[in-house]
Amino acid sequence: MTSASRTLEIRTSPHFVSGHDVGVIMFNVVLALLPTVAFAIWAFGLAALFTLSAAVASCLATEWVACRATGREATLGDNSVLITGILYGLTLPPSCPVWIVALGGVVAVGLGKSMFGGLGLNPFNPALVGRAFLQAAFPVAMTTFSAPFGADRFGSLPAATLALPFSRPTLDATSGATPLARWKFGGELTEANELALGLVGGSTGETCAILIALGGLYLIVRNMMSWRIPVAMLGTVALASAALHALAPETHAPARFMLFSGGLMLGATFMATDMVASPVTHLGCWIYGALIGVIVVIIRAWGAMPEGVMYAILLGNAASPLIDRAIQPRVFGGAGGGSGP
Amino acid sequence: MRLLGLKTFRHGVHPPEEKSETRDLPIRQFPFAPVLAIPLSQHLGRPSRPVVRDGEKVTRGQCIAEADGDLSVPMHAPASGRIVRVAPMPSISGRMVDGIFLEPQPGSTQETLEGEPCPLEGSSPEEILRAIQDAGIVGLGGAAFPTHIKLRIPEGGSADALIINGAECEPYLTTDHRVMLEQREDVFTGIRYVLAASGAERAIIAVEANKPDAAAHLREGLPGDLPVSVEVLPVKYPQGAEKMLIGALLGRKVPPGRLPIDVHALCVNVATCAEIGRLLPHGRGIQERVVTVTGPAVRRKGNYRVPIGTPLRFLLEQVGVSDAVSRVFLGGPMMGAAASSLDISITKGTSGVVAFEASEAERTHQRVYPCIRCGYCVDACPMFLNPAQLGVLARNEEFERMAEEHDLLACFECGSCSFVCPSHIPLVQSFRMAKAAVRKARAG
Repeated sequence: MTSASRTLEIRTSPHFVSGHDVGVIMFNVVLALLPTVAFAIWAFGLAALFTLSAAVASCLATEWVACRATGREATLGDNSVLITGILYGLTLPPSCPVWIVALGGVVAVGLGKSMFGGLGLNPFNPALVGRAFLQAAFPVAMTTFSAPFGADRFGSLPAATLALPFSRPTLDATSGATPLARWKFGGELTEANELALGLVGGSTGETCAILIALGGLYLIVRNMMSWRIPVAMLGTVALASAALHALAPETHAPARFMLFSGGLMLGATFMATDMVASPVTHLGCWIYGALIGVIVVIIRAWGAMPEGVMYAILLGNAASPLIDRAIQPRVFGGAGGGSGP
Repeated sequence: MRLLGLKTFRHGVHPPEEKSETRDLPIRQFPFAPVLAIPLSQHLGRPSRPVVRDGEKVTRGQCIAEADGDLSVPMHAPASGRIVRVAPMPSISGRMVDGIFLEPQPGSTQETLEGEPCPLEGSSPEEILRAIQDAGIVGLGGAAFPTHIKLRIPEGGSADALIINGAECEPYLTTDHRVMLEQREDVFTGIRYVLAASGAERAIIAVEANKPDAAAHLREGLPGDLPVSVEVLPVKYPQGAEKMLIGALLGRKVPPGRLPIDVHALCVNVATCAEIGRLLPHGRGIQERVVTVTGPAVRRKGNYRVPIGTPLRFLLEQVGVSDAVSRVFLGGPMMGAAASSLDISITKGTSGVVAFEASEAERTHQRVYPCIRCGYCVDACPMFLNPAQLGVLARNEEFERMAEEHDLLACFECGSCSFVCPSHIPLVQSFRMAKAAVRKARAG
């Protein structure tokens, strides 16, 4: 300390930081998704690999172009767009034409995220924005599902995968309806254990409920995901489905079927919990999760489509700022309502 | 609320404790610097008024500056020697303040001058408070608020419980820990004085669970005639904040903008209490205080009894610091203030000196991401504010709205929000600026 020229750095406290980091959180979400990704490729073969690759590539490319065009700092390093790409790919039918996947990826990141200013500013889950666009624009491609564990899934691609843009959709010989569609349109119930283990058809990454839940548990243990949102959402769906089933068993499927079918597990675990588009307070998360659960049940029970998770989450996202406005923490020692001590 | 059977508060954070290197080191006397620079403004309130002239010889313990009114305390000579000058000197806040420069007499025996003792028996509350003021005692935990004001019961008010704060929840600091181990009798004597002055019925010594030896030592020596107990609290930051302690131990919530006495509680730092017990029986004033000098850049870490006015430069030279030192701050890492100059002095409020090397400093130089609304800060804030929302408003400079609609002024700047933020947003830093702006606007 003898030198008078020593430079001391001045900053205000705290002089300590925790290890928390956006990039690290996002990386752990990717880790938590890996078992689901691996299962998707195992179950659907090359088709899933193509769909996921095209989804990730188109999302990352869109983000890169958007950052260049707007002069923003490149944000690929924070892994958030990588998550968007994987999640988006997991929600698509495995045999979705690659060109459609790529187009939806541009919409997901371009309209779902970059347009609002990038990380932290998207009002909706970007992956679901992309999927919602495709659902409306390409209903046939989005509802054509191939059966899992096809014998030649690693040897050949479904004809649709490499279809030329805007060509007539080709119907695959092996196409199979999802359990929800079979119930909705045929009154046929799939066993819950088949659903939980992912032995059924469906979107690329929504079929194996157990692996999805495992990834969610990992994030909850690491305090990187709100457990209240999935618990509220699944709990509401379970309760409401059970009540409807008790009233009219012929028209309403039992809770165990509702819980493990379709995109509910994937949506509750990885989509509705998007930190940016969900409330910040505990009570807010309970309300938000329950709201999404109610909408899921309504759409599934009375809607024209067999599945409603995507729209339910998007509507939940829309309500999130309002929930945050209404549910503020109550200052320590203060009067008034809220979720205070 | 309780955590594993121990009383605590809701929310808060768990920074690394970093106390292991100094917790077992006994308090050692620190040598006198060639010149001591004693700022006249070491406490909250009006600066002291010097009562010595240049060149005057003073004796250790002699009053060298008197209190300027009620919200002020006197200063005492930390050493026998000669007054060199009274002149401006730098302070931790960055502002220049007046200070008394004192050259300790070489080879002096440094006998301490004693004043009028304040006997425990027979002194009225007013006399004890006066003695506390005359001893120059302020909160040694860091706030440096004059203790006699804090202990004065307002008209119509009353205190039933006195909390002696030995939580020491700031990482790195082991000052209070050592004081509890080595000055137990001073602590008990101090409690007697404070109970007598405030009329409180009982005292609770609050110790965090990472100091089991201190809690056991205090419990073993509890005087039978003193209504005092020892409570062990879980290790959680900011457990030592007054409102958190009162909430945990008494189940009472101090409303925003109010004081502990409004819920009939008083809170005194344990080192402050020990000083009261050590000084009042002899009529002495504060001349030194225990300081934890530590951090990765410090070679001879330890708990030192440092004369008030010891220049930071001298202190660091004596303990030795690595060449890579890049940041020195006074107090703990969560709420301490970075030193902008080595010519500032150790004051009554300096509980620790922590020096970091460049590598540590870099850990906090992380890229700032946008808020991802993870809610970590909401779960961390012990005051149940919404730092995420406040952060957005601070960026838009909507300071008045922060205060009006989001209780900004309830923030006591513990830093938990900035600590947990995965986007590394300087939350508490911006709240500090916002608070200053609001106060300025309201004052003007």
